Amino acid sequence: MLGALFVCLSLSSCSGVQSALDPAGLEASKVATLFYVMLAGGGLIWLGVVGALFYATRTGREPHSERSAGRVILWCGVIVPVTVLAALLSYAVWLMPNMRPWAPGGEGGLRRIEVTGEQFWWRVRYLRADGSLLFETANEVFVPVGERVLFVLKSPDVIHSFWIPSLGGKMDMIPGRINHVALEATKPGTYRGVCAEFCGPSHALMAFSVEAVDAAEFEDWIASRRAGRPAADPGGLELFLRHGCDACHAIAGTTADGTIGPSLTAFGARGSVGAGTLPNTVEDVARFIRYPDEIKPGSRMPSFGMLPEGDAERIAAYLKGLR
Amino acid sequence: MTKVLGDFSPEERAAQEERLRKVWETPGGWRYWTSVNNSDIGLWYGVASFGFMLFAGTLALLMRLQLAVPDNDLLTADFFNQAFTLHGTVMMFLFAVPIFEAIAIFLLPSMLGARELPFPRLSAFGFWSFLLGGVFVCGSIFFNSAPSTGWFMYPPLATDKEFSGIGADIWLLGLSFIEVASIAAAVEIIVGIMKCRAPGMRINLMPMFAWYLLIVAGMILFAFPPLIAGDILFEMERMFDWPFFDAERGGDPLLWQHLFWIFGHPEVYIIFLPAIALMAMIVPTFAQRPIVGYSWIVLAAVGTGFLSFGLWVHHMFTTGLPQISLAFFSAASEAVVIPTGVQIFVFIATMLAGRVIFSVPMLFGAGGLITFVIGGLTGVMVALVPFDWQAHDTYFVVAHLHYVLIGGMLFPVVAGIYYYFPFVTGKKLSDAWGKVAFWLMFIGFNVGFFPMHFSGLRGMPRRVFTYPGDLGWDWFNLISTIGAFVFAAGVLTIIVDMFRPKYKLNDLNPWRSGTLEWTNNPDESWGMRSVPIITSRYPLWDQPNLQRDIDEGRYYLPDAKSGRRETLVTSVLDAEPIQCLRVGGTSYVTIVAAMALGGVFIALTFHWWITTIVCAIITLMAILYWLWTGTAEIPEAPEIDVGLGERLPIYRSGPASVGWWAMFITMVGDGTAFASLVFGYFFYWTIHEDFTAGISGPGAFWPMAALLLFLFSWVLMLAARHLNRDDNIIAARTALVVALVVTVAASVSGLMGPFTHDMDPTSHVYPATVWIISIWTVVHAVVGCIMQAYCLARSFAGRMTARYDQDIVNVTLYWHFLAVTAIVSFGVLGLFPMMR
Repeated sequence: MLGALFVCLSLSSCSGVQSALDPAGLEASKVATLFYVMLAGGGLIWLGVVGALFYATRTGREPHSERSAGRVILWCGVIVPVTVLAALLSYAVWLMPNMRPWAPGGEGGLRRIEVTGEQFWWRVRYLRADGSLLFETANEVFVPVGERVLFVLKSPDVIHSFWIPSLGGKMDMIPGRINHVALEATKPGTYRGVCAEFCGPSHALMAFSVEAVDAAEFEDWIASRRAGRPAADPGGLELFLRHGCDACHAIAGTTADGTIGPSLTAFGARGSVGAGTLPNTVEDVARFIRYPDEIKPGSRMPSFGMLPEGDAERIAAYLKGLR
Repeated sequence: MTKVLGDFSPEERAAQEERLRKVWETPGGWRYWTSVNNSDIGLWYGVASFGFMLFAGTLALLMRLQLAVPDNDLLTADFFNQAFTLHGTVMMFLFAVPIFEAIAIFLLPSMLGARELPFPRLSAFGFWSFLLGGVFVCGSIFFNSAPSTGWFMYPPLATDKEFSGIGADIWLLGLSFIEVASIAAAVEIIVGIMKCRAPGMRINLMPMFAWYLLIVAGMILFAFPPLIAGDILFEMERMFDWPFFDAERGGDPLLWQHLFWIFGHPEVYIIFLPAIALMAMIVPTFAQRPIVGYSWIVLAAVGTGFLSFGLWVHHMFTTGLPQISLAFFSAASEAVVIPTGVQIFVFIATMLAGRVIFSVPMLFGAGGLITFVIGGLTGVMVALVPFDWQAHDTYFVVAHLHYVLIGGMLFPVVAGIYYYFPFVTGKKLSDAWGKVAFWLMFIGFNVGFFPMHFSGLRGMPRRVFTYPGDLGWDWFNLISTIGAFVFAAGVLTIIVDMFRPKYKLNDLNPWRSGTLEWTNNPDESWGMRSVPIITSRYPLWDQPNLQRDIDEGRYYLPDAKSGRRETLVTSVLDAEPIQCLRVGGTSYVTIVAAMALGGVFIALTFHWWITTIVCAIITLMAILYWLWTGTAEIPEAPEIDVGLGERLPIYRSGPASVGWWAMFITMVGDGTAFASLVFGYFFYWTIHEDFTAGISGPGAFWPMAALLLFLFSWVLMLAARHLNRDDNIIAARTALVVALVVTVAASVSGLMGPFTHDMDPTSHVYPATVWIISIWTVVHAVVGCIMQAYCLARSFAGRMTARYDQDIVNVTLYWHFLAVTAIVSFGVLGLFPMMR
């Protein structure tokens, strides 16, 4: 058993863009510390119990008196666990208000990003201080390092759960309710968030990228997103509009303003297509346009397998060029 | 007072045995399946649930194959989702709970010294319901229509027709049917343990297993009804678009989560405690001494049972509930560790104070304990709110729950199989095969599940049908898959060992156990040869000559002269003999009733309304026939000779009778379901500024009229019972007729409130809630009317008299509960809107 533990620990350097044990945020690092404390304590307790069990089942040993066996129940079963648990619980309850406030509403001054979980992608809306919309994007979140950001979490269809393991714990997105979670990145880098509540056939294919950048870079990014961009390839845009893509998708600076599907503004800057499903290459985007339901079962996007030869590729190339 | 034991010549004994054998005979040929003997039903139940376990295990292996490598396309997303939904559902509802009902039905009579449990036909009915429901739910995957929204069925995903399809209806209706079977088993077990113990087996002399099963059956009674209430709301939304969980029309998906986990968390302990109970039978045998700390472990088990109802919110730590309530439920979740720890250390202490013989059951027991402790420790971790925010819905939790359930339940069950195999078959499983099976299972399990802790913390969510290759999860998953197959090889080894040909033992008690069940001969279906007087917790160790005296028929009920199946009923605390109970024998009616009731649920799934109604009528007829011919029978003489020179009454009524207890217990469960619906009413009221959303309520007039009429009919029922007892039969019948008419009027009034105020249940959750509570009450009133008519018929048929009045006494008991239901429902519906 210990061997297995050792193998597992050594196999895992624990690092990764989606690892709770490789924290890059305040909440995540507090939880990681809590875990290591519990792992050490738990390991010791487990060794103690197994040691007692081995000793008790040894054959050819003189039986202990009933009185001393009774004391084992009292001490090991009651007194020690009560003490240990009381200490652990105090530690955890003390951590709670440091991570998320006792009463909601105490986080009014924070920068707000509204994230809506939809089957099976993420609508991300950056809000001004007064709550009005700054701009909308999808499947990507930029956060400034060293600043607490309030995520406003919603869902229009089924329950999803918003989780960026590197930054902190998850929070559900429930139809009819608005949940909040405030997270603070402490290390710049690229991380990965996922949906953690089973939400339908493509629950496994619902991820988003998280970029934690320093404050200046963050402001540049905000400014670049707000500025309208001229279309890189007017021919691609024309196909995009002719095939009706704009019924669902919006691209800033064009007439495409659909709101049913993810916004495609600056799509070329994203790392993936289909909310983390495929890499963002021209072929994969074209494949996604043609066969969304094969790539992402249950996806609400109709398939465009009937597009004339080359059209999907042309649209994909156009989208890839959007910055 | 010492009793004078009977003394029979060998010829007399042979004649007694001949009569007993005939009375308790299991029918041959295809009629075998009409048997209601606890040993047959228990065996079928066990084999069926084991079969469902293998089915669900196979689904798990398929899932492990799919996850062995990243971006795998062995299974489609849809099939994977059906597979994990069924895996969880089947393991919980068709294996973990029923296997203990099986073991309890098989073992309890022998442990308690009873010939039979009090309602053998109810056990048979439960088994057939369970089998039919189980096959229906499992079979759906072969038609690609299994439920695919997770065993927790969260709305709105599971109420969305596009994403859940017919699978969700199969889940809701199939499992509601199985829940009926579970509640039937719970009633049987509670009444059996309280009323059918051997004389002298006072409550503090009961075997540990009986204590645990009593607690667990009680928990079933309070845990399953909230789920049934939730199922009703859910199915009303799916079938008729009543918006209980639809946020746009005032509903809330979180109500389902509350109801589901109020059931779901106690469920874990409902599974875990009976496994500990098996260990509590096994450990003393192999430590060769009585358990140390009998009262410690009983109190700990009771404590676990109570606490388990206060933990459910720890499944909802990430739903955005107020932090203060999270902290409370976190503390409660940690508290449950303490009674669990006490139970573990009771075993260790018992071993310390004894001399341990090592054996295969002990090997599985110890392996289970070692595994379970890891699950317990990770449980302590996830019960802490901040850690759960990270670990929730990841593979860490998958690892945790399998460590708990396989260590805390499956390993002890296998230990129990090895331990009790000689009791069931008279043969022993092989030590060598057992050791091989153990090591395969133990190593396979840990290799399979330990890495999941790490894949989970490295960000792998649960219920994903595939994952990308660049996140560092590949190796963990491949190792997990290999471990799962090694584990499965261990399970296969046990099955092979079971079917291998084996020698018959010529020893009834091969392990030298101290408890009463080991006096039974597995070749005879009568159970105890005669019902002994018990003076110790370990009678085979402490009561000399016990086995010989039982076998020579020197105790109670050594004979079956009346040609009827008879068992002793004793008082609840001190186990003084108070009745010679005649229990039901072999019958088709149980199968017919179960199949017809199954037909109701299956037809509802497909919206075949006419079939539903036909099956419902057949069910009602079958149950009425069953009651009419098989219960409250007027005996040929008031008393009967039970041996040892004592005579006991054959017919008892009121709290002394088992039927009264069964009604009482059933209605407690029923009341819990009703309370869950009322909880829903107040839940909606607390989450909305104005729950009614400006929609007119049922008013005060009709609900108050209904309330008063129900109270009046209740008073009439009391009067009828009283008049019947005074032998004023005409007046009693008149009171019954008037009560029936008043009940009908009360029911109509109950529905008039929402009806006259045009409350449209599809428009908003408020009218839907008013309707559902009204309908619940009226449906109970209809059942009450059928009971009143039944009493009238029994009275006219001469089957219910002043002296033999069990029917009307039990019906009046039902009416007490109905009166409370009516007061609460119409009080709340009529008056509460005015108090806001």
